[in-house]
Amino acid sequence: MAIDAATVRKVAHLARIKTPEDRLEPLAQELNGILNWIEQLNEVDVQGVEPMTSNVAQPLRLREDVVTDGAKVDAVLSNAPKSADGFFVVPKVVD
Amino acid sequence: MSDLTKLTLKDAVDGLKAKTFTSEELTRAFLTNIEASNPALNAYVEVTADKALEQARASDARLAKGEGGALEGAPLGIKDLFCTEGVQTTAGSNMLRGFVPPYESTVTANLWRDGAVMLGKLNMDEFAMGSANETSAFGPVKNPWKAKSSDAELTPGGSSGGSASAVASDLCLAATASDTGGSIRQPAAFTGTVGIKPTYGRASRFGMVAFASSLDQAGPITKTVTDAAILLKSMCSFDAKDSTSLDIPTPDWTQSVGQSVKGLRIGVPAEYLIDGMSEEIKALWQQGVAWLKAAGCEIVEISLPHTKYALPAYYIVAPAEASSNLARYDGMRFGHRAEEFSSLDDLYAASRAEGFGKEVQRRLTIGTYVLSAGFYDAYYVKALKVRRRIAEDFDKVWGSVDAILTPSTPTAAFKLGDKQIDPLTMYLNDVFTVTTNLAGLPGISVPAGLSSDGLPLGLQVIGKALDEATVFQVAAALEDSAGFVAKPAKWW
Repeated sequence: MAIDAATVRKVAHLARIKTPEDRLEPLAQELNGILNWIEQLNEVDVQGVEPMTSNVAQPLRLREDVVTDGAKVDAVLSNAPKSADGFFVVPKVVD
Repeated sequence: MSDLTKLTLKDAVDGLKAKTFTSEELTRAFLTNIEASNPALNAYVEVTADKALEQARASDARLAKGEGGALEGAPLGIKDLFCTEGVQTTAGSNMLRGFVPPYESTVTANLWRDGAVMLGKLNMDEFAMGSANETSAFGPVKNPWKAKSSDAELTPGGSSGGSASAVASDLCLAATASDTGGSIRQPAAFTGTVGIKPTYGRASRFGMVAFASSLDQAGPITKTVTDAAILLKSMCSFDAKDSTSLDIPTPDWTQSVGQSVKGLRIGVPAEYLIDGMSEEIKALWQQGVAWLKAAGCEIVEISLPHTKYALPAYYIVAPAEASSNLARYDGMRFGHRAEEFSSLDDLYAASRAEGFGKEVQRRLTIGTYVLSAGFYDAYYVKALKVRRRIAEDFDKVWGSVDAILTPSTPTAAFKLGDKQIDPLTMYLNDVFTVTTNLAGLPGISVPAGLSSDGLPLGLQVIGKALDEATVFQVAAALEDSAGFVAKPAKWW
């Protein structure tokens, strides 16, 4: 499953990381190096093994579906790159 | 006055309670040290002197009345991964430069509840992704230790390199840290300090900048095993704000320190004797075995057959989780936003390319790839199955052993810049530590000796889930036998 420059371009887009054209080939080589090393996992017999998504042996807790926090507009906006009148300001994206 | 900074956390807390010195005196001594040393060591990214002195005076007022918590008046360093209300928190990234959290992480809130004083925020690898502190947007931290044979500057390890360097050079009594694949234990081993990662779920992840949520766990880096027991107790708590937080009591682990280890069964896993392991590390490990045997432990040879697959599984699971966690950095609500862009997608992509460093971008790319359509089962699900095999390896040996002894790292601290060429060489740093993250188990690194070149080396004790008590008990026995008192010669 060798990665080429086109695959890197696609993955970089999925990850929303702007990657200059001249970086695609070097990145492909780096990623191939890492993925080749990862291929050794194919040696492991995982027949019938359940994927382990968590190492906490307890079900997720439930709580009452009630409001526990809020009304902190200023705090929420305090780190916004841009805000006005209690809103995040983002660039115009629809003409 | 400067001698106060050489105290252990325990002795400092006792001295404060006995009014031998005040928290303000102690805090000022650390601030003086930091001012003199930090330009060379780069351990702190921000020093909060005013806040520290304010907290110290408040502690002194409480101590004067005979009140105060378990850490009353003790000046600590905080890894810049923990959100601190009103104090910039960057996780070592340009993405978060200038980010001032309007809330406090649960771990640090617990420390302030117990009376601790914050000296400042400690440098780290960007988003905790690194093993040499070289991925930090604030530049690498320097290890206070240097080899006998060379004047070269060494890495303190990573990602908690600032925490380890600061503790080793007396720039705080102790520090908070975090560990996703070895980020507490490897820096502790490289700097002659103690570092423990508790069982997953002991410490709340609320307010910790996320890297890989199923692996991330907070813990302390300290000068002694007793100090680690004291600080870990304060850090841990049940927290409704973290869905994986365990609703269980936190024991007083200081009670385990000094308890006889006679009769404990210590496992020595054959698979940790990796190809190319240096004679020095082998000898250190054998020495550890000999110490525990002499202390009355029964040594049991064990097998953890899937050990060699832990690192490759980790390098799927951790980047996959990171790619999901770090999707929040879109330049819209907080974090860096690019100035120039041609479309909405371009704005996201440009903000992230400018805000994230090279290693973070590399891991996000891997993570995105292994989660993408067509590869999800072949990589991600496969890694999760291997992860279970690794956890099962441990489950199978707990019937015959009470704790496991391994080296902490495959080498001593290396030169800054040495392993940047190849990411795979860097990843190997975590070969002995990453298994416990995947399995959720507690692991501690204890300084056990010096290399022939005069650099500290650590031994790791791994315990059963929630059995930090035995981990501390065995670690204290090793500490006692090793009698590690070496300090770095001051060059900074």
